[in-house]
Amino acid sequence: MNGLHDVLLSGGVQADRVIDLWRLLLWVCSGVFGLVLVGLAWALWRAPSVRNGSRPLHPDGPARARLLHWRIALATLVSTLLLVGLTAASIATGRALAGLSLDGALHVEVTAHQWWWELRYEDDPPGALFSTANELHVPVGRPVLLRLRSDDVIHSLWVPSLGGKRDLVPGHEVTFTFRADRPGVYLGRCAEFCGLQHAAMSLQVVAHAPAEFDAWIARQREPARAPTTAQRERGRTVFSGASCAMCHSITGTDAGGRRAPDLTHVASRRTIAAGALPMGEESLAHWITDPQSVKPGTNMPPTVLTAEDLQALVAYLGSLQ
Amino acid sequence: MSSRCLDMTLCAALLLALPLAGCEREMRRFDTPPKATDRAGPQGAALRPGPFASAPGGPDAQARSMSQVPRQPPPGYEENAFAVAQGKRWYRWFNCNGCHANGGGGMGPALIDATWRYGRQPGDIAETILQGRPNGMPSFAGRLNEEQLWQLTAYVRSMSGQLRADVAPSRSDALSAGEPESRRETQRPGRR
Repeated sequence: MNGLHDVLLSGGVQADRVIDLWRLLLWVCSGVFGLVLVGLAWALWRAPSVRNGSRPLHPDGPARARLLHWRIALATLVSTLLLVGLTAASIATGRALAGLSLDGALHVEVTAHQWWWELRYEDDPPGALFSTANELHVPVGRPVLLRLRSDDVIHSLWVPSLGGKRDLVPGHEVTFTFRADRPGVYLGRCAEFCGLQHAAMSLQVVAHAPAEFDAWIARQREPARAPTTAQRERGRTVFSGASCAMCHSITGTDAGGRRAPDLTHVASRRTIAAGALPMGEESLAHWITDPQSVKPGTNMPPTVLTAEDLQALVAYLGSLQ
Repeated sequence: MSSRCLDMTLCAALLLALPLAGCEREMRRFDTPPKATDRAGPQGAALRPGPFASAPGGPDAQARSMSQVPRQPPPGYEENAFAVAQGKRWYRWFNCNGCHANGGGGMGPALIDATWRYGRQPGDIAETILQGRPNGMPSFAGRLNEEQLWQLTAYVRSMSGQLRADVAPSRSDALSAGEPESRRETQRPGRR
């Protein structure tokens, strides 16, 4: 279940509004286009034939000219009314999108990096704060307030099934609100070219039933699971001793880097490297030893490990549910 | 007339050839790293006393004992703008600025001046990073891979103007006062 990036699949009240507007535009514009085509066909059919010379090219007397003027005026009036109507519908949609009630909203800080999404769940008390990556979990029916920031270049968050698009500009924080009303996985993408791996920078939005969401958030707040086997124990030692700990953090261990995704519960995610690979020990091993073949240009460095160390590291990471 | 035509052709050819001079400046390398077992050296031999001997720091750390720091970086770092820019990224990410600030020094010594306690050659700087130095410089052995080490080394050298101006960074990602690395005067020991 990897989610869909579909502009016509709605997961919430705001996307419903946007789709309604899209349908209205589609029908009105198709109608107008059809009428224009019919008019054109009619004009072609009754065009004066030059070949046999039976009818003059400009047969219009003053009465006909007046009739023509009225028709043009009518067409102009109808076009104007339609365009004003569409503008009004567009403004009404914008107001409805902005008017989402934020009572009891879930606050999440989203930071875009080249090329992944960092998500920090803010809450009271501050000790309950935790960080995850590339997977935004939200409860169904509760509004969500995202505070969007960028760490490097301009990015743009676009989850069509939950609402519009919003740019993330370095040094300028913006907010984005939405509400998911149907459980499911909705795919978001970066919609502003941000470098080599712009296309491989996806965000999965997972909408849960409230009880399920509470269980998820309770698990995410816990520190990382302690290794239970000798191999995983060794994996933890490798992690904190090798270059991993320079950028990644695992709560409850020495690793406290804040430059790369938090790996405290990495195995609970569906994908790694912002959707580039499915989660699994094989993918983890591939990503650790040769990330440049998966996402050329990524800042994740290749790590040279012996086979046993790699096995241990991957087994440890795979146990971080 | 024909000589003028020749001049024009020559000019055009020179102009066309001009961009070629900068060809490798921005070249990015996305190499596949060698496997640990492919490496020559003692770490694969039966010298290890137990399974955990290599674990802290991983075998990478062991592979780079004091004698193994090359004196010269492989080609493609000191003359490559992308590598130096990556080095600048690591300088922040790995908290070098925590002690050395933006090169002016703080808890640690300045990196933009003409004083090098342990030498200013790439090998000296790489050694300092890998092995640490007395009075506070920690060892980063095993924490950086080969590529990151030479990128960081190249950047540290660019801070005191040791690299070509067209390779050194000319702009910071964040607000910063002072001259960019590409505009700094080349510092030489003994000159103030």
